[in-house]
Amino acid sequence: MSLFDHKLTEIQSMIDKKEVSIPDLVDESFKRIAAVDGDVKAFLALDEERARKQAEEAQGAGKTGILSGIPIGIKDNIVTKGLRTTAASQILHNFDPIYDATVVNKLREAGTITVGKLNMDEFAMGSSTENSSFQKTRNPWNLAHVPGGSSGGSAAAVAAGEVPFSLGSDTGGSIRQPASFCGVVGMKPTYGRVSRFGLIAFASSLDQIGPITRNVEDNAHLLEALAGVDPYDSTSANVPAESFAAGLTGDIKGLRIAVPKEYLGEGVSEEVRQSVLAALKVLEGLGATWEEVSLPHSKYGVATYYLLASSEASSNLARFDGIRYGYRAEGAENLIDLYKKTRAEGFGDEVKRRIMLGTFALSSGYYDAYYKKAQQVRTLIKKDFEDVFASYDVIIGPTTPTPAFKIGEIIDDPLTMYANDILTIPVNLAGVPGISVPCGFAENGLPLGLQIIGRHFDEKNVYRVAHAYEQATDFHKEKPKL
Amino acid sequence: MQFETVIGLEVHVELKTNSKIFSSAPAHFGAEPNTNTTVIDLGYPGVLPVMNEKAVEFAMKAAMAINCEIAEETKWDRKNYFYPDNPKAYQISQYDKPVGENGWVEIEVNGETKRIGITRLHLEEDAGKLTHAGKHSLCDYNRQGTPLVEIVSEPDIRTPEEAYAFLEKLKAIIQYTEVSDCKMEEGSLRCDANISLRPVGQKEFGTKTELKNLNSFNFVRKGLEYEEKRQADVLSSGGTIDQETRRFDEATGKTLLMRVKEGSDDYRYFPEPDLLSVIIDDEWKERVRASIPELPDARKKRYMEELGLPAHDAKILTMSKDIADFFEATVAAGAAAKLASNWMMGEVPAYLNAESKELAQTKLTPENLAGMIKLLEEGTISSKIAKTVFKEIIENGGDAEAIVKEKGLVQISDESALLKFVNDALDANPQSIADFKEGKKKAIGFLVGQIMKASKGQANPQAINKLLVEEIQKR
Repeated sequence: MSLFDHKLTEIQSMIDKKEVSIPDLVDESFKRIAAVDGDVKAFLALDEERARKQAEEAQGAGKTGILSGIPIGIKDNIVTKGLRTTAASQILHNFDPIYDATVVNKLREAGTITVGKLNMDEFAMGSSTENSSFQKTRNPWNLAHVPGGSSGGSAAAVAAGEVPFSLGSDTGGSIRQPASFCGVVGMKPTYGRVSRFGLIAFASSLDQIGPITRNVEDNAHLLEALAGVDPYDSTSANVPAESFAAGLTGDIKGLRIAVPKEYLGEGVSEEVRQSVLAALKVLEGLGATWEEVSLPHSKYGVATYYLLASSEASSNLARFDGIRYGYRAEGAENLIDLYKKTRAEGFGDEVKRRIMLGTFALSSGYYDAYYKKAQQVRTLIKKDFEDVFASYDVIIGPTTPTPAFKIGEIIDDPLTMYANDILTIPVNLAGVPGISVPCGFAENGLPLGLQIIGRHFDEKNVYRVAHAYEQATDFHKEKPKL
Repeated sequence: MQFETVIGLEVHVELKTNSKIFSSAPAHFGAEPNTNTTVIDLGYPGVLPVMNEKAVEFAMKAAMAINCEIAEETKWDRKNYFYPDNPKAYQISQYDKPVGENGWVEIEVNGETKRIGITRLHLEEDAGKLTHAGKHSLCDYNRQGTPLVEIVSEPDIRTPEEAYAFLEKLKAIIQYTEVSDCKMEEGSLRCDANISLRPVGQKEFGTKTELKNLNSFNFVRKGLEYEEKRQADVLSSGGTIDQETRRFDEATGKTLLMRVKEGSDDYRYFPEPDLLSVIIDDEWKERVRASIPELPDARKKRYMEELGLPAHDAKILTMSKDIADFFEATVAAGAAAKLASNWMMGEVPAYLNAESKELAQTKLTPENLAGMIKLLEEGTISSKIAKTVFKEIIENGGDAEAIVKEKGLVQISDESALLKFVNDALDANPQSIADFKEGKKKAIGFLVGQIMKASKGQANPQAINKLLVEEIQKR
């Protein structure tokens, strides 16, 4: 049994009783990485020397909080001062940030120890982590399958026991989908709950950083540390801090659950559907009720998302021009040539595809038909959620339509790949919080995830439901055999 | 064919906030390259802008001073284009909801007043600065993120002279609000001009050209004059004007083709997702409005009505707030208004121009200037001596009266003392006496000059004149 099979409160009590030290925890992490990461390929960079030094210092200083001394992995689109941050792109292959993201500062204050940086789809564009320009991360449950994406490294590292928890980012499902594929817990908080300062922007109006953990309680603790208004992020919300963990009572009697018919219909595999129906039975057993509802505009979610996210990305990624940092092409004849060569050589195919799509959607003469129309549809999708939340406490459905697919299986079929996020994208468009918790296994042994969606800034309730369900089931106790 | 000229101006004015519009870096001119920068100004991966409320307030103030309607909600948009001085490859600007719209500025040309409409005033971030050095270009991002307002005029301007007057007036108004120094030489005020010609009587505008590299108001006027003539020549000889951007060449006074515009540039504007829109409520508006000082036109009127200054004086003095403030303080310190005005329009700017100095860099104060003017008014010193005293107080400071006493510069008006100078001069110049008696009145002037020289400027010229005539009659 790994030390990381224990939840945070247990680990802390072991530290208190001197059964385990902070250097032991960090050592456990690096030993596990050494043993399995050759197969899983979750990490892009390790920070072993600094991590071990910090562990010794933390041990000497005495622990201060629930996260103190715990090793963590960070998705590679979150900047870490002095620790290479590439967003899995060649265009940042040599980029060592000169500042820390707000979440990294918050983690330091909370006392976590950063082990390394985790693989992802290049600039978070993808659903399988196959778009990393460095390596393909593999699903710890079956190495022939993808871990999901874009936070594939973050989910796989936790599932493989390399770190007890990690940070991911979610623009259209990039925390929840890989959490579902890897059988771990992944939370996409309300837009504005966590500062985006230091998150390399993909789609600014959708991006959120969130925690990936092995259980709901740890996830709640980690989000508490990350959450809060940030003077460096105007879109971060000034909502009072609250204890998410304190709300994990296990009591969900009287909970009103909405199940959108669109989330169990066409395109959703039968075994996924059955796992969700079984989960609803468990929740009923705990005193909740559920009814079928409709999110009528969710069918436009993917199209809306690809217009808006790509439009924002086309602008956000324009700064990677070879002038100030990152990759610069050799042999350019002049300025325009330098831009063209640098970007042609530095970006991968999927990133280029989205930059072109977004540039087109924002172009004069097309703006109204694409970008503006998509914004209008986004408003309708948001309203769908508001309407449902007027009568229900949470919305529940699957996280993904299918379990993890094979590496290489759909990488050449972008539309099928995009459709994989059909159930997670509307949540980002609406800006509400959503979590994925393990809810069973497919016939091929790969994990399935249950998505629980809450009202704006109602993470406390989402955690309460997720925790009650988790405690009533044993799926989270299963570990991949590596 | 007779043509009518149509001119519209786009003026960029840097706001002098302490920090930049979207970062905490200092926004001051003149620092070592790339020292006034943060990761935000450098466009690092992951950074976000945070709005400087002061910049919005300054823009509101400027917009109000030029009679704009202030938006109830103003928002930010991204203007996308690649250039090394633009580190994010987009400029945060305002597209469809500028801070101010529909304003006007009143100008006066050849004694006639005219209103020039202001289409809009919007806020944006300035770009960095490139220096081209041989095969390389060097980027300095100190200026990146300096708050900038762009003021766009209606095509109401009809002559290069009006364009010049508009810019002078606009500069004066903005300087009065103290939101910018408006120094063209430091780039805190920049101007592009659009100009087209149309046959007199035609309603539709002709094809316009855009003039850039106009580094002084004078160059704006000269560039427009050249372009006006060039377009008239082309049209008169049956040619057509291409929509193009032309740069003014200071050396030759000509405008030269920079690039032909093919359609409009596509900047792919879209709402800036990293910033919230700004709600401007009445309370905020009124607070800003209350902070706007008396503007040049109001002050000009007051100088004419209350101080009895001629319109010309009142206009020149109020063109710069520094000068006007100094003038008022000088009058308050006891100087006669018209005399103070003469000095503020004559010797003071002449000295500043010759020395390339600002008023604040000299030792001149309203008190010592007023002291000197009082001595002049009382006849204690002559205007010639006044120039000596002025040079002393503007360079070294001090009290005019004390200087006059210390250096023995008091005017000699005592007749017995003057008689000696008069008779010495007459003794030495018998020819002048003869000339005068033959009716050559000029001879007196020569004699006065000799006496002023001999008395080191201290003799009272009026008294000498009188004595000379009397003494010549006696001979």
